[in-house]
Parts: sequence; C-alpha cells; structure tokens
Amino acid sequence: MVDIVKQPGRLRPAPENFLSDEQVKAVGSGRRDFLRRSFIAAGAALAAPLAARASEGDPNILQNPAWTTSLGQPVATRPYGLPSQYESQLLRRESPGLARVGGASVSFAPLQGLFGIITPSGLHFERHHQGWHDIDPSKHRLMVNGSDDSLLKKAKVYTLDELMRLPSASRIHFIECGANTGLEWGNVAVPTVQYTHGMLSCSEFTGVPLKYLLDDCGVDYKKARYVLAEGADGSSMTRTIPMEMVESGEVMVAYGQNGEMLRPENGYPLRLVVPGVQGVSWVKWLRRIEVGDQPYATKDEAVHYIDLLPNGLHRQYSSIQEAKSVITTPSGGQTLLDHGFYNVSGLAWSGRGKIKQVDVSFDGGINWQTARLEGPIQNKALTRFNINWVWDGKPAILQSRAMDETGYVQPTYGQLRKVRGTKSIYHNNAIQSWKIIESGEVSNVQVL
Amino acid sequence: MFKFSSASFCLRGTKTLLVFALFSASTAALAFDNFKGVGRPATPAEVKAWDIDVRPDFKGLPKGSGSVEQGQELFEAKCASCHGTFGESNEVFTPLVGGTTKDDMKTGRVKGLSSGELPQRTTFTKVATISTVFDYIQRAMPWTAPKSLKPDEVYAILAYMLNLSEMVPADFVLSDKNIAEVQKLLPNRNGMTTEHGMWPGAPAKKGGIGNGGVPDTANKACMKNCKQEVQIGSTLPEYARTAHGELAEQNRSFGPVRGTRTLGPEAAKKAADAGTLELATKSGCMACHGIKSKIVGPGYNEVVARYAGQTDAEARLIGKVKAGGQGVWGSVPMPPNAHLKDEDVKTLVQWILSGAK
Repeated sequence: MVDIVKQPGRLRPAPENFLSDEQVKAVGSGRRDFLRRSFIAAGAALAAPLAARASEGDPNILQNPAWTTSLGQPVATRPYGLPSQYESQLLRRESPGLARVGGASVSFAPLQGLFGIITPSGLHFERHHQGWHDIDPSKHRLMVNGSDDSLLKKAKVYTLDELMRLPSASRIHFIECGANTGLEWGNVAVPTVQYTHGMLSCSEFTGVPLKYLLDDCGVDYKKARYVLAEGADGSSMTRTIPMEMVESGEVMVAYGQNGEMLRPENGYPLRLVVPGVQGVSWVKWLRRIEVGDQPYATKDEAVHYIDLLPNGLHRQYSSIQEAKSVITTPSGGQTLLDHGFYNVSGLAWSGRGKIKQVDVSFDGGINWQTARLEGPIQNKALTRFNINWVWDGKPAILQSRAMDETGYVQPTYGQLRKVRGTKSIYHNNAIQSWKIIESGEVSNVQVL
Repeated sequence: MFKFSSASFCLRGTKTLLVFALFSASTAALAFDNFKGVGRPATPAEVKAWDIDVRPDFKGLPKGSGSVEQGQELFEAKCASCHGTFGESNEVFTPLVGGTTKDDMKTGRVKGLSSGELPQRTTFTKVATISTVFDYIQRAMPWTAPKSLKPDEVYAILAYMLNLSEMVPADFVLSDKNIAEVQKLLPNRNGMTTEHGMWPGAPAKKGGIGNGGVPDTANKACMKNCKQEVQIGSTLPEYARTAHGELAEQNRSFGPVRGTRTLGPEAAKKAADAGTLELATKSGCMACHGIKSKIVGPGYNEVVARYAGQTDAEARLIGKVKAGGQGVWGSVPMPPNAHLKDEDVKTLVQWILSGAK
C-alpha cells in the first residue's frame, strides 16, 4: 500500500507517517477516497516550513534540482550507453526450480515493463541447450551441404565477410519458445507475466534470405524438401525446417539484431530466423545447413519439444506458434496505484501472419471490447494493443483475445485442454487472465 | 582450403580468382553461383568433419560397435555424475531410462503415457527413433566435453542404456549392423503423431507432415454476454506468490503500477540469509566454521562476540578473509581466499556480523 501513493509528481509527501494503522487498513480495503481526505488532514498537521511549501506547490518545481543547477556529464562518458540507474529492476530472470543447470536453462524477458514491440537486446529472453559462447566471427563458418551429394550442385562454405556482402533484408519478427507459458498447462504456477510469457521477444533482424544461399549452392528443390540447421555450440543444436518456408524467402541467416550485431546470448555472429516458428528452430551460432529428403528426428524434435496428448501419443514436428496475446500492464504481481483511468496495454502475435484484432474483457470473458492496434502491423511480429479503462475499484478479471489474419481466435483454457489435456508442456496459447482485487493487487488466475 | 580461408584478408584477391575459376566451368542454373566471389566449395574433409548427423533411416551412422560392458564402464566414468549410474537420476536432468515395460516393447506404445501411471517421462518412454539417441550422444555428450566420444564409445554407451531399459541382454554388442533391429524393440516407436496443424510445410497428403495447418481449437470472437458465469479454474498458490523473490523489486518504482510487495522486510532478510548461507557453503567457509559452533575455525557466533562494538570490525574481517590469518583463534591458520570476489567477501562478512542464520 505504501508504494501506491509514493509516485513522483504528487504534491504531498508519502503518507505512511500520517496514517494510523486503522487508516492504513481502510486504504487496504479499497477505500481510496479516504486516502485523499487524509492527505489534506496530514498536510494541515505538518510542521510550518513543509506545510508552507506544500501549499505553494511541488518542491520539485519550486526548488530547482541538482540536474538543473549544475553541469552534466560530457559526451561519450559511457561509449556504449546504459539504461538509467533508475531502471535497474527490469532484468531478465530465471524461474527458481525450473532448471537445475544454468547452461540448459531459461531466463525470461521482463515484459511487465517493456513498451512497444521491440525487445531491448540486453533483455531478450535466453534459452541455451549447452551454455553460450562469444564466438570469434573471423573463425566462424557457415557450411551448406546435402544429406546426399545429389541434392545440390556444390556444398559450400561461407565466411562472415562473405555473408555480409550478400543482398540483405531487415525484418521485425517475434521469437517465442515453444515452452512459453508451459508452466501453466495444469494450473497457475507463476506470479508475473515475466514468468508466464517472458520466453518471448521481438527484434529487427538483418541477414540474408537462406534461399539465396541454397540457390547459390544449386539445391535441387524437387528432391530436397527439408533443411537441417545446426549450431556451433557444444550441443550443436539441430532442428528440421520445411523447405516451403525457405522457398517463401522468410527464413533468414541473420547477423544483425536491432541495428547492431546479434548478442552472444542470441547467437552471435550468426543465427537462423524462422518467422512464426518456435524459438528452438531459430538455431543460434548457426554453422551448418544440410538439405535433405526427409525430416531428421533430432533430440529437440524427438525427445523434447514434442507435445504429449491425453491418449499417450506425442505430437512431433509441432512448430508454429499459434495466435496468442497477453496484457502486460497491468499484470500479475503488480498493484494499481489508485482508482480511475488506465491505459491497459499488451502484446499479440501469431505464427501464421498478421494480427487482425485483439479484444479485451474486464469481466472474465463475458463481454469484450476491441482494443486499438498500434501500427504498422507486421507479419509474424509482436503487435502492441492498448485500450482505455476506468477502474472503479471493484474486483475485475482482465483478459485479451487475439485473432490473426487467418481468422483463428486464441482459445480459452477450457478449449485448449479439451483437445490437448494438461501435459503438453509446449504450445500453450490459452487466454491469460489477471484478477484485480479491491486493494489494486493483480494476480494470475485461470478462467476456463 | 580451410586454412587458406582463415587467411582471407591477405589472400582475398587470389581466392576470388580461384573460386571464380572453379565455378565458371560449371553450367549454372539461373541462380546457381549467382554471387561472384562469395563462398567457396567445401572440401570433402570439411564436410566429413561437420556432417555428423544421423537420420532415422540411419543415413550418417558411422561404422562401429560397442558392448554393454564397455558401455557401463564409460557411463560410470562420463555420464553417471549427471544421469546416475543407472540413468535413473532426476537430480540434474530428467531421467534417461525407466517407465517402459516388455509389453511396451511389443506394442511400440508406452502404456504409462496414457494411463497416467508414469510419475515422470524418461527419454526411453518418449523417443521413437533410436537414431536420435545415437546422434545426440555423439554430438553433444558428455555435458562438459561434447564431441569427445569416438563412434565405438557412442555405440557402447547406447548399448548400456538399452540394457538398462531391458531391451538387450548384458552380453549384447550394438553396432551399425544391428541397430536397425534394436529400432524394432523401441518401447515408444509407434508413439508419435504428426496429425496436427503446427507444421509450417507441406501437409502429409502432399508428401510432407501434418494436416496442412488446420488448428485444433475453434474459438469465436463473441463480444457480448458470451457466457453466464466466470469459472475460475485455478488461482496463484501462496507459495508461488513468494517463490520468485520480491516482486516489488521486479517492476519500476514509478509509472501506473508498482510491483506488489510479496516478501516484506522479514521474509526478505530470510531470503537474503538463505542466499548468503549458500554463498558461504559454495565458497568453502562452512567446511571450517559453524554458524553456532567451532569446527576447525571459530563459530560465527564466537566471531560476532569477539568483534562486538568494534567499529572497524567489517574492514578488519574482510582483510582477514581475503589474506588469511593465524593466532587470533589458535594455531590453525585461516587460509587466504584470494579467489573470492570483493563483493562476495563483503556480503559474507556483513552476514556474519549481523548474526549469521
């Protein structure tokens, strides 16, 4: 509660010292109007100088602060810029108990504090299968070969020098781990949007369409209908990609991310970009592309990243991230400051194309209103949505529901579990619900 | 060729000429070799060095063999520390073996997956292709020394795992010649389906995978009075509210919302203490010091008592932890701890002086 009224810009100092236990309880029970009255009382009771100041106006305005009355720091003080010292709380974080080895773990992006659609590269989620390396780009090579020599005219090797000479494309795409929201299949398990949805990021990627390289090697597209992508890390992670996606021109061999080179944690100096497909297929530290005439059943498509169904079968080669959305502000683990106006904001995305519409409910899905989509709306990219809301202080359940350009509508938990049960781990795109209670505290609930 | 390319800065001109000469002789398709001077042919040795994948049809499988007995020895030396001697461990990674039956081997479907009897899935309850396991051990194991195993060693380790899974007898020798026979015994070999809409390529009816992208749910964008009541299926359990640390500190301290304070000052101190105790254990402190008892060195309660009221206690103790010392507590010396980070030493000393818990 104390934090709620500590916002900068308010005229009055923090009220905690001016409120009795009883008054604090009254605030806790949701009686915010009471808060306002108590401020006036508290102001009157203050010692003279502070009271005088408060009656004249905000000391932050009446007295120029140090940054207005002194010399600031010169250019290039920090040659590689850093966020403000006041931004230290939004970090990528691990979920305790999720993995026991840091080299095969996940860190989640702090979606609860991000704006727009681009994830700052330093906050991009991480998922490594055998730890990350910072690879010397002058020693990195990309090989293109065939499972059979007859599938291409020539196996080739490319250096970064060479790849960066080729015609490039820059595109904004989301990347989502197939296991995002996987902790929530059976029941609510984690408190905030960072842990429910934070294996999600979106960047502008720059690179070479893989099709150019396959053309350059003379691939026989009639026979070679699958592509194996392999990383240069210890795990040499491999995944099968359909040739149709490569032929569409969407699959890229990327070196750039948000205007600079990829970050080491995201595959420096080269990674595959497979728009709309789960992150595991976006092979990092990409060192080899093999074209083949059948899928490969690699470890991460035959032991992991397979979706268990109630009948005991596993879905194999499930890859597309279907339409999904989540409200990021306000979201679980946050507390609203007060009654009144809020811009409710969130993210929507679909592995099948563009987002067409996002609807938001404030009553747990009985009634819905269509949110504003912030454009331009891009193919297989995060789309930011916003909607106005006046909170009357009563309990509410907030939900968002995405529809993509194919007409597919994001499912409810009830609908999803009816088909897939609760043990699938992967591809949970159910509608997320945030419950708000009178105190303003937001928590994670599941509405069926 | 490989070496040649690493020196590409000084040899750029020469290389371009060479590549051009090589390629201009071929009758290129429209786009083949479209980018003059970019890329060069991979040598057979280079392809051999990197092309190590093994497919379900065993394309790429190296020749070789290994016995269960050899495998057990290798497994105990290189794998057991993470996976347990019998591949059963759940300490570091999920278990490799267990959960399969003789019946499963006959049907090719692990019954426990649908009956709900399986407490946890293991590798062998899931995998439908034995090539997957060979490929993965060969490319990524052991954890800290991937690609260090020779093909015969991979065969041996896999043979041992098959024996643990009761698929082959103890005197079995696995090889490139008989691995296809083993495939026919795999307990979950018929346990995969590709009948879904999440494959982005051609559908099964056109020689690809899946149903061509048809989703398995069909929600409607209803807008008004969509249901009678809101049915809550699950809420956040109290332990989960606090299991992710202080949520107030995972949000901005300004803006439309604040992070909810989940721990409170007492719980926060407890969590910090637990973290520091772990740091102390990891740093080796707890081998010689007890929190409330002498081991080799003094208990932390004794340290607190001795330094009580001394204003420079923190600085002096930081110095002692880093440089080591002898004499204050007897003749057994405290070794220097130069390997510890300054901030960690400070955290540890503050924790000790505040009454370590």
